[in-house]
Amino acid sequence: MPRTVLEPRFQVEYLSILDSDGNLDGALEPDIPPAELKRLYHGMLLGRRLDERMIRLQRQGRIGTFAPIKGQEASQIGAVSTLRPVDWMVPSFRETAAMLWRGWPIEKLLMLYAGYLEGGQPAPEQHDLPVTIPVATQMPHAVGLAYAAQYRGDDAVVMAFCGDGATSEGDFHEALNFAGVWHVPVVFLVQNNQWAISIPLKKQTHSRTIAQKALAYGLPGLQVDGNDVLAVHAACREAVERARAGDGPTLIECVTYRLGMHTTADDPTKYRSAEEVEAWERKDPLTRFGAYLQKKNLLEDGINESVDAEIAAAVQRFEAVGAADPLVMFDHAYGERPAHLEAQRAEVAARLSDAGRPAPAPGDPPSPPMRGQRTSRR
Amino acid sequence: MPKLNVVKALNLALLQEMERDEDVLVMGEDVGVDGGVFRVTEDLHRKFGSKRVIDSPLAEAAIIGAGVGMALYGLKPVCEIQFSGFAFQCFHQIENHCARYRMRSQSRFHVPMVIRMPYGGGVRALEHHSESEEQFYAHIPGLKMVIPSGPRNARALLVAAIRDPDPVVFFEHKALYHAGREEVPDEIETMPIGRAQVVREGRDLTLIAYGAMLRLAREAADTLAEEDGAQAEVIDLLTISPLDRETIVASVAKTGRAVIVHEAPRSFGPGAEIAASIMDGAFLSLEAPIKRVTSWDVPFPGFAREKANVPDLARVLAAARETLAF
Repeated sequence: MPRTVLEPRFQVEYLSILDSDGNLDGALEPDIPPAELKRLYHGMLLGRRLDERMIRLQRQGRIGTFAPIKGQEASQIGAVSTLRPVDWMVPSFRETAAMLWRGWPIEKLLMLYAGYLEGGQPAPEQHDLPVTIPVATQMPHAVGLAYAAQYRGDDAVVMAFCGDGATSEGDFHEALNFAGVWHVPVVFLVQNNQWAISIPLKKQTHSRTIAQKALAYGLPGLQVDGNDVLAVHAACREAVERARAGDGPTLIECVTYRLGMHTTADDPTKYRSAEEVEAWERKDPLTRFGAYLQKKNLLEDGINESVDAEIAAAVQRFEAVGAADPLVMFDHAYGERPAHLEAQRAEVAARLSDAGRPAPAPGDPPSPPMRGQRTSRR
Repeated sequence: MPKLNVVKALNLALLQEMERDEDVLVMGEDVGVDGGVFRVTEDLHRKFGSKRVIDSPLAEAAIIGAGVGMALYGLKPVCEIQFSGFAFQCFHQIENHCARYRMRSQSRFHVPMVIRMPYGGGVRALEHHSESEEQFYAHIPGLKMVIPSGPRNARALLVAAIRDPDPVVFFEHKALYHAGREEVPDEIETMPIGRAQVVREGRDLTLIAYGAMLRLAREAADTLAEEDGAQAEVIDLLTISPLDRETIVASVAKTGRAVIVHEAPRSFGPGAEIAASIMDGAFLSLEAPIKRVTSWDVPFPGFAREKANVPDLARVLAAARETLAF
């Protein structure tokens, strides 16, 4: 009864195509048409410039707290650009660039962060779930969507996003396990941005990579330079094609960095050094992709200005949105309003119409309180 | 009309809804080949195959989470949590997502999903296999919380829950599974969710109960009629949330007295909301303080002490008599 080796050794690949100095591995360079390359850059730049604008809007009190994406543009755009509109995108809460790519209007996202749930409402035919905040809880939803797509015989693929912190949550592991057992068309995309608020990756997991967590569930796992849009795109294209071909789920770990704060309520100088941030700024995904496009003569003059104008127009549309009608909150609790919500809605409606009335003139008698008729038999 | 017990009646509801609608799926631990630990899903796997009757891995959060994804896609998953005591491992999916998706997406999505769970005591079971936790679900806006009391309404309410556009938490009392048989029509029958039933009319006192406690309320009403000459009206709640306040208030406005019986612990339980609703709607008709007969506010004490914890006939009668004598 000797002790034997049950499995061959597993391996986890790391993929990098365009390094931070702009050096290209020509053998791995994905075949992306020039117009698409320009679109990718536009998507990344829009994500970056909107992020900067949103921080200003937040500081001015025009929107509330949100999670900035600066530094993660390549991970997001490289990944979602491999999806078709009929495929599904399942975001967490730091995928603004990816959501813009998927067709969310800028003003809608601004509304969401200004407290209007209308901003989180996907368009009728849009195959996107809204922002999900409780960490990792969206991952099983992606598995269910993928199961349903397969059950109906649709060839849709589902891509689910989460961060490095989420890989400590049970829902992450349950989702990978279910996806493996069910062999469903889903791509799990972890944006490993090194920090879960103040907790660095080394305190989050003792695994050398996040990608290797896939292996325990019988899925392929791949680590990618998440600041290299070409590498992310190539890796995701492969995973999406595998999923669509019926070859099951994949876990992709994008190694990237959150250059900004966790949310606008966070101060990262409390827990990480300026040197660390500067080192990652030198790996900026936009700089390196910009240089790559420059060499191909594909970088458009004035693109910064045109993206800023696009954002400015959307901010104007956002600011034209009227005050939120409180009564709408009673419309989306149930398909049909139950009696108690009908009554509560009427109470709010009455208060609103009272508030709309002119104030009583001084000397007017106060209105009497309502009194019921006593019917007790005691 | 065949006579069925609750298990067979629920099985019939699932079978007929699955025959009627290909979007209806069953998912959970041991629901497939084994037919469920209480046999509620028996034979469904043989009839509909493993794609529609899914033996899932053992993970409550992903059962409900994947169910949410299926429902968002347009399917109608009927998820089984093997015992309600284990649902805390998926409570976040129920509260964070089942109940909120309609609001979060402003009705672009909804979650037409049923979460079945066996609940309740009196079956000499281990810890986590005997509790009544309906109040947790009744507290959550966006959910519906249903508890049938017998074979016929169990079948009709499960059909209604499957067809409901919103998520329904459906509790099945373990002690009722085999408690008795009732005529259940072959043709599909449904009942409105959110509507209580007056199952016995009376003028002196209203007894409000649901699930396994309904039988106690009925027995108490019989005894009161026989021994005290008092006519108790008995309400079977059937849906805990949304609560049918109209039926409750109309009854208490007539009788002037109310006793609420439930197996969940007393504090912050359904009885508190029912009592407050009576105060809102029938205060001036009340002849006596509203009484609650419930389990005590202790964690499950082990089945050797269960009888002292869960309401019994003597406690219901004592509360009713105290109320009548006030």
